Amino acid sequence: MFQKWKDRVTITDIVMWMIGGTLLLLCLWGSVSTIRAGLYTKSHWIDFLIFGLAQGSIYALIATGYTMVYGVLKMINFAHGEVFMSGPFTGYFVATAMWRSDFLDNHPIMAIITIFAVAMFVSTMIAFLVEKIAYRPLRGAPRLIPLITAIGASFFLQYLFKGLYGSGINAYPDIEILNGFWMIFGIRVLKIQVIVIIAAIVLMLVLYNFIMLTRVGKAIRAVSEDKEAAALMGINVDAMISTTFIIGGMAAGAAGVLYALMFKQVHFFMGFLPGLKAFTAAVLGGIGNIPGAMLGGIFLGLIESVAPALFLDGLGIIAPYQLKDAIAFTMLVMVLIFRPTGILGERLASKKA
Amino acid sequence: MTKAQSLWNQGVKIGAIGGVSVLIISLVGMVESFGKRDIIAGILPMGVAIALIISILAAYMAAKKTSIPEKSIQFANAVVSGFVISGFLAVFVMIGRSFNIREMFVGASPVLYNILTGGVAGAGGIFLLLLTGVLCGAFAGILHMLKDLPRKLMVNALLTIFILGLLQELILPILKAWDVGMINYLAGLFYTLNGLTPIGAILSVVIFCILYLLWNANQGAIKFKYASLPKEARKKSQVAALIVLAVILIVLPQFLGLFLSEVITIVGLYVLLGLGLNIVVGYAGLLDLGYVAFFAIGSYVVALLTSPQIFAFGLNFWQALPIAVICGILAGVMLGIPVLKMRGDYLAIATLGFGEIIRILVLSDFLRPWLGGAQGIGSIPNPNLFGFQMVKPQHIYYLLLAGIILVIFISLRLKKSKIGRAWMAMREDEDVAQAMGINLVATKLLAFATGAGFSALSGAIFASKIGSVYPHSFNVFISINVVCIVIIGGIGSLPGIVVGAAVLMGLPELLREFAEYRMFVYGVALVIVMLLRPEGLLPEARHKMEFHDETEAGAKTVA
Repeated sequence: MFQKWKDRVTITDIVMWMIGGTLLLLCLWGSVSTIRAGLYTKSHWIDFLIFGLAQGSIYALIATGYTMVYGVLKMINFAHGEVFMSGPFTGYFVATAMWRSDFLDNHPIMAIITIFAVAMFVSTMIAFLVEKIAYRPLRGAPRLIPLITAIGASFFLQYLFKGLYGSGINAYPDIEILNGFWMIFGIRVLKIQVIVIIAAIVLMLVLYNFIMLTRVGKAIRAVSEDKEAAALMGINVDAMISTTFIIGGMAAGAAGVLYALMFKQVHFFMGFLPGLKAFTAAVLGGIGNIPGAMLGGIFLGLIESVAPALFLDGLGIIAPYQLKDAIAFTMLVMVLIFRPTGILGERLASKKA
Repeated sequence: MTKAQSLWNQGVKIGAIGGVSVLIISLVGMVESFGKRDIIAGILPMGVAIALIISILAAYMAAKKTSIPEKSIQFANAVVSGFVISGFLAVFVMIGRSFNIREMFVGASPVLYNILTGGVAGAGGIFLLLLTGVLCGAFAGILHMLKDLPRKLMVNALLTIFILGLLQELILPILKAWDVGMINYLAGLFYTLNGLTPIGAILSVVIFCILYLLWNANQGAIKFKYASLPKEARKKSQVAALIVLAVILIVLPQFLGLFLSEVITIVGLYVLLGLGLNIVVGYAGLLDLGYVAFFAIGSYVVALLTSPQIFAFGLNFWQALPIAVICGILAGVMLGIPVLKMRGDYLAIATLGFGEIIRILVLSDFLRPWLGGAQGIGSIPNPNLFGFQMVKPQHIYYLLLAGIILVIFISLRLKKSKIGRAWMAMREDEDVAQAMGINLVATKLLAFATGAGFSALSGAIFASKIGSVYPHSFNVFISINVVCIVIIGGIGSLPGIVVGAAVLMGLPELLREFAEYRMFVYGVALVIVMLLRPEGLLPEARHKMEFHDETEAGAKTVA
């Protein structure tokens, strides 16, 4: 028994376990000392949790796009972060125009719906065109090629929007009804965070049911299972791939508006980090797996908002919030090392990774 | 109806694509900001030239793609697509002049409308715009109808004008540096301070045509003569060419001014980086997007060891350099171990994550007492060679040249060694390579370590050149730039990297307006290169085979 185990374990495995173990110990030690030192009160932690949930549900929406595209094309759509950026960035101009004409204050619900519609339309168009122009001609090419194309498309889109709309940071107009607090079970929570969480959950439910219950959803699942067999069953594979990008684009556009409403600003580079984080979320949940991506997104959002305070403060690290992105990326690398199939993913990753 | 549709299909479709492309480059501001720079002084601004080139290309494609063999219809399709392109622009100008779209599109300025309509106001300008489009289409149609030789002659002659105008800032200072009456006269004849003179343009076309025709007539004879030379003589001529190249490289900085030397050191740094990444991406096929991390490590090690700030170790550059390279190699191994089992896109993302983690850590207040935080580390001394201070960019140039030659030598030797073959086998197929007895762990780590070492070398020279290091100098764009150099130059090909670095890094420095559109153009270039020529501009022979002969070779083996 021991002999067999010894044969299978290599030095690199041991090194990786050591790295993982050290990180785990550090996290534990940090949490224990943070909690014992009592640096934060209960309401602090609740604030962290709700903020994390809100941010995480945005990541979750973006992550579904990554995961669905990975499912059908087996590639990472690097440009998805830019799809996410394009919608709210365009929506900003609609929002300011409505704000100037007082429409935003008089009919806030209608205005928000309009912003969503515009943003989702633009994001959807961008996602659709990227697939059609940059990815479709490369079906069957060596795997490195579509990946490089995706990186190119991502930077092209970033700087296209920088050129079109300018490089400044644009502040989204204030929407009166989204400001302020609600008391829920005696806890004071920001309205906008609750709205973001609810909207994201509703959208995710719609999306999940669309994929699971409709004919189109079924066809998409068939394509991600096996393209050739799906084609033989009379499914138009190219159309389904386009549909996947369209759905992903819609989700990303909606997520983008939620993000813009929560952080109140848009700029051309806003898609880069959320895109990477959402990818992390998709990997975390098991890439190719839609509920996994949703769970992964929420989990990542929570970790990001809680971990700097919980793990790092206790270790005596100053300004831990500067390191929250580093935590997310470390988690990405750790997941890729120790469980490349993610929390829920069981089949796809083992085939490809 | 359907007949008519298929008649004009290509013209309208490709015209629309071309129209959107020209509209995009106008809207992002390229036409306007390049409008200040002339290709031919007073006649043809560069922005317009770019728009014209795209239009003509689109119209030419429309003629070429038309399936109907009749020449007149192909010609008509080219004209139609030219008209469609200018139609897009005309509609845009009319909308822009009547509504305020500047709020949204920052590039939609009156200056742009003036450029597009040739400075003529009102309906006359729109007419002029449409006429230009139709003429572009007609020109492309005629080009398509011509025989091979005159067409190539014409296209290349026009490109010559474009390139001579483009490279003015490179050519003019070199010519001026001689300061001989004759050359000064020639420079004055060809160039104004902004673009070619009309006479210069005509003269260069004439000279080019003569040279081209001469080469065309004698090309076969020259090639034959070279091929019929005995082997030793051929080798001798190659050695002679190398010596000439070496002499040019050594005396080059004497003719370049301060500015051009600065540009060439930047290119040199990227050549070094590209050569390093070439080992990882080109030879071993591991797409590393966190490559900037090793560059940063090289820079910071040199900064920490030589700068009197923070630790004051008081080492000099030459003592710090090997330590920096060794640290880079160690970092390469350390970051390589966790990603050993990953492939393709997972590897790309994980390395991207590593690059960001390192940048965030360096930037953080937490490590500030040791790494200087956002303020970075300053007052790094210049390299000192036997008492000679290397202050000017010209001196750094020689340092870089030595580094590049060393790295090229190592790369070439590695490529032909057992390790190099193992890398390439791994690139083709990891599983098969492992089955053939290649130790994947050692091979991969060696690739990461070698690439990281070269990158750290580049970083070390960078730190001592700039004199200070900041975390902001080490963002993800450096990695992307280097990836672009390697991919667009030709994966795995050393000349490709030198050319790629010169074009992708040198040109933007020469054309300062271009800096803003750098990533935009790189993005387009990456997509287009991958779609049309995935092996890059100057491909490596083996790689080219891989991309192109896959189906043909497969068919052969089956047969």
